[in-house]
Parts: sequence; C-alpha cells; structure tokens
Amino acid sequence: MTAAMFIQHFLNSLTLGSLYALIAIGYTMVYGILRLINFAHGEIFMLGAYFVFYGLTLVNLPWPVAIVLSILVTAGLGILVDQVAYRPLRDAPRISALISAIGVSFFLQNVAIVFFQAIPREVYRPSWLEDPILISGVRVLPLTLFVPVLSFLLMMGLVYIVYRTKAGLGMRAISRDIETSYLMGVPVNRVIALTFGIGSALAAASGIMWALRYPQLQPIMGVIPGFKAFIAAVFGGIGSIQGAVIGGVALGFIEIMTVAFFPELAGYRDAFAFILLILILLVKPTGLLGAKPEDKV
Amino acid sequence: MKTSTKISLNLAVVAALGLFLLWAQGALDGYKIQILNLIAVNIILAMSLNLIYGFTGMFSLGHAGFMAIGAYVCSIMIMSPEQKEMLFILDAAYPWVQNAHAPFLVATIAGGLVAAAAAALIGLPLLRLGDDYLGIATLGFAEIIRVIANNIPRVTNGALGFKGIPDYANLWWNFGWCVVTFYVIVRLVKCNTGNVFKAIRDNEIAAKAMGVNVFGYKLLSFTIGAFFAGVGGALLASLLTTIDPKMFLFTLTFNVLMIVVTGGLGSITGSILAGIGITALLEWLRFVENPIYFGDFELPGIPGMRMVVFSLALICIILFRREGLMGMREFSWQGARNLFSGKRRAS
Repeated sequence: MTAAMFIQHFLNSLTLGSLYALIAIGYTMVYGILRLINFAHGEIFMLGAYFVFYGLTLVNLPWPVAIVLSILVTAGLGILVDQVAYRPLRDAPRISALISAIGVSFFLQNVAIVFFQAIPREVYRPSWLEDPILISGVRVLPLTLFVPVLSFLLMMGLVYIVYRTKAGLGMRAISRDIETSYLMGVPVNRVIALTFGIGSALAAASGIMWALRYPQLQPIMGVIPGFKAFIAAVFGGIGSIQGAVIGGVALGFIEIMTVAFFPELAGYRDAFAFILLILILLVKPTGLLGAKPEDKV
Repeated sequence: MKTSTKISLNLAVVAALGLFLLWAQGALDGYKIQILNLIAVNIILAMSLNLIYGFTGMFSLGHAGFMAIGAYVCSIMIMSPEQKEMLFILDAAYPWVQNAHAPFLVATIAGGLVAAAAAALIGLPLLRLGDDYLGIATLGFAEIIRVIANNIPRVTNGALGFKGIPDYANLWWNFGWCVVTFYVIVRLVKCNTGNVFKAIRDNEIAAKAMGVNVFGYKLLSFTIGAFFAGVGGALLASLLTTIDPKMFLFTLTFNVLMIVVTGGLGSITGSILAGIGITALLEWLRFVENPIYFGDFELPGIPGMRMVVFSLALICIILFRREGLMGMREFSWQGARNLFSGKRRAS
C-alpha cells in the first residue's frame, strides 16, 4: 500500500468514524440517563437527512436554511418520540420501553417508506465538496476533511453544554441517580427532553453529512449505521460521551482499515461491528471508559 | 377435574383440529390454505420465543438467525442433488452440500438441531449478559448469520439464495409440528424445570441465592427455544419454496416478538390466539397496499402502510395494555368449566 493510499484510507476512516461518533453520542446520552436503548435513533438519523434534501428540492430552500431547519425539526421529533412512546413507560420494566422503542423504529421507517417511497434517491452535492483537491500529491476529497472538522466542532459544543452549563449539570446528576435528582429540584423531565433534543440534533447532523458522503437516501439507511453506532457506544463505555467518540472513531478505523488491508474480507464488513460487540461484552462489558453498574437486589 | 377427562378432552381437540384440516384441504382455496400454514408456523415461532423470553425472561432478538439456520439446513437436505447442481451457478457447491439428501422429517429435525447447537454455542458466552444487552447481542448474532449466509456461496448460494425448494410443508406437517411444539413446551413449563424458568424470570438473583444453577437452566431454555425456531424456519423455507439472506432481516424477529407481546408474555394460550389473529391481520392489511376501487374512482395503494399500522399497534399495546391479550393466564379445562357453571375460581 502506498503512502497516498494510506492517507486516503485514513481520512475515510476518520470521516466514517466521526459520523458514527455523532450518532453514538445520542445513544450514550439517552442510555446514561434512562437506561434505554433508543432503537429509533437510527431512524431519526435517516429523517434528518431526508428533511434537508426535501427542503432543498421541494421548497427550494437555500442550503444553510435547509440544514438548520432540518436539525431543529429532527430535534423536535426526537423530543416528541420520547414524550409519546417512552415517557409513559418510565416506571414500567425496562424491556417495555425497549419494545416500544423497537416499535417506534419500525413505525418511523415505514412512515418514511409511505412518504418518501422505498426507492433510493440520488443526493445532489455541491461541486466544491465533491471535486478532489491535491494536497502535496495526494488526491483528497474535501468532504473527508470537512466532515471530521465539523463533527469535532459539534462535539466540542456538546462537551461545553454537558460540563459547563446548568442543564448539563442536570444531565450528569440524572445519570448518577434519577430519584435524588428529583429531590434536589432538578427539572428532570425538561432535562430528559433536552437530552433527546440534543441527541437527535447530532444524529440529524450526522445524517446530513452521511448523505453527502455516501450520496443516496433510502428509508432503511438508518438501520445499519444506527446499530453500529450503538455498538460504538458500548465499545467506548455506554453512558460516557468521550467513550462514544472514541468508540465511534475506532469502529470507523476498524471497518475501513480491515477491508483496506484484507480485501477478501470485504463481504463481511457489516459483521465486524457485531463481532466487536460480542467480544467487548465478553471481555469488558462496561466498555473502555464505562463505570461498572451495580446489581441492586 | 379428573386427569383422564382432561386427556380425553385434549385428544378431542386434536381430533377436531384434524377434522378441520381435512375439511380445509378440500374446501379452501390455495391462498386461504397458505394463510393457515403461516398461522401454524407463526404459532411455533411465537411459542418458542415465549419460552425464551416470556417464561425464562431472556430478551432474545436472535430468532431470525435461528430460523435462517433451520431454513438453510433443511433446504439443503430436501433438494435433490440434480436440483442443487442447477442452482449453484456461480460457485459449485461443496460435495457434502451437493450430496446431502434426506426425507423431510429428518431435514426439519436436523434444521432444529443445528439451530439448537448454534444457540448453545453462542449462549455459553452471551447468556451471562443482562436483558437489553442480551437483546442487542443476540440481534448481532442474527445479523452475523445473515452476513455469513451472504458470503459462503458454496453452501448457501450467496445472495441469490435457493429457489424451487420442494413444497413438502403442507397443512399436516405444519400443524403436526405445531402440536408437537405445543405439547413439549406446555409439558416443560408445567413441570419443575418450568418453575425454575419462571423463578429465574421473576428474580434471577433470588433464584441464584436459592441454589438454582441459573446459567444451566437459561442455556436449556434458550437451546430448546432455538430448536423450535429452527424447525419453524425449516417449515417456512419449504412453505415459501424460496429463501435468501434478505428474508431473515430483523423484521422477521419483530413479527414474532409482536405476536408474543400481543398474546401476553408467559402465556402459551396468548401466543396461539395472537398467532392466529396477527397472521390474519397481516394478510388482511395487504389490502391497504393494493389499489382500492370505488366504481370508477381509484384510491391508490400505499406501500409500507401495512407495517405502519402494525408497528403503531405494537406501540399502543405496550403503552396501554402491557400484559397483552392474556397476561400470564392460560386456558384450562377446569377454568372453562368454572366459567360455564358460573363458579368463581378458587385460586
């Protein structure tokens, strides 16, 4: 493998990894607070992408407006899903909320099939993102630089919210102990709604960039990235934001580099993440940075 | 009620089912018979998932994987070597795939056994995990099975799958297996082993503290459940006569989960009723996806609407009637008699 090829693979891995990381953050935040695997998160990601490209083509919105609107609408949708499908089940056994989440996931997916049709749609990309540029003799897609940088900025914003604002303090308090948070006057329901909103907004951002990078839209596009991002969150240690980022980037590298070095394994690419999941659950179920959960009797 | 009375009543029900099938075979058209077949297969699948999740409390989402294993093993064994030679166009099959041939009964049992073996193999590491982690890990297993099926063309014919699988799975086979599954699972959950399963479901830590070999019993329940899932997959393959890796997506597991949750976790009666109801509902809902005509006016069909209604129904059940149709109650002859004689149940 030449150095130029390696650099291309490296940038591709970083791009894919940061997209996984953005989705994984949503899983890890919700799981940290509610102990719920938000199965519908992959569908939120898919809808975020669809909204932008429908805003662009149907309403002729300019790019920045379409993107901001789509992120806001998707965030609202994430909050709505929580209010309708998860909130009534807060006191129910955990699996009930999980089944509800699976139901929501299928619901959104099929609503997308009804409204957007099942056929894949081509995504139009502006040429300044698409035409390769030469950096000291290496052909690089501008997108593969643009996506990691933008993702990094978004993650910095998130870290600021979680560690420097009052709402973030509330999130961390709830993930420690939800009962006590109520007693200490944390507006628990509002903070949970905010968590869903932020997680969904990041998923939408990831979905939009995903659609630019792999220019195709289809209603099932969220399923596999959703699962993989969840695995990335488990790998990094579920409940930890840093863990989700590390896990996401690591998964991006594992997927692309394995195929780059062992092309004969290309057909198994979608299985890597699941094998990684089973391995990590066996060796270190808490993930790289996760805290050990206690079994309360 | 005397045991002998119950046995004769049970035999009477089986006989009635036999008479019904005999009538159905002659009187109903192919489409309706196909729905009856699907009902039988879905009941088998629902009862097997109910054993794993409803009775033992292990949230497994790996059913599609076990079904895929059962379906492939059975199909390979019931297709004739000449047929397989025609089928494997891109890569010739391995000789042991090429020459494997067995009667349908042996093939379905083999499908179930291989699925059970796979369950035991992955259960060893995975069953130590708690509820939602187990769900994701078993879902991952099912996905891995699908990816593997796509990538070993010399065994599974890759993404093309199999076509023209002999259609042995008629009403008699399907309902026969359904009765066998019913009998085995009911006997299992009613005996002491079943009580241990329920103890693990209700409180695993307490069960462990009482000296129960929790892991061993979980593995037993998981393996038996997987056996019947494999059998269900085998029957489905022969019923539909075509299989390919795309058939065994998560949707398949979702349908079975839907039946189990609707019927009631931990209720065999519920699984049977919901198996009938939901299979019929799924077929009936096909009409929303086809165009509807009012005289000259055509209302276009909406693809995807069927699953929208279906998933919405699941959400509503979980939100408003979490225990499902039957809760954990079961039908019993004693209960039925009390109902008719107007007596309240003592217990």
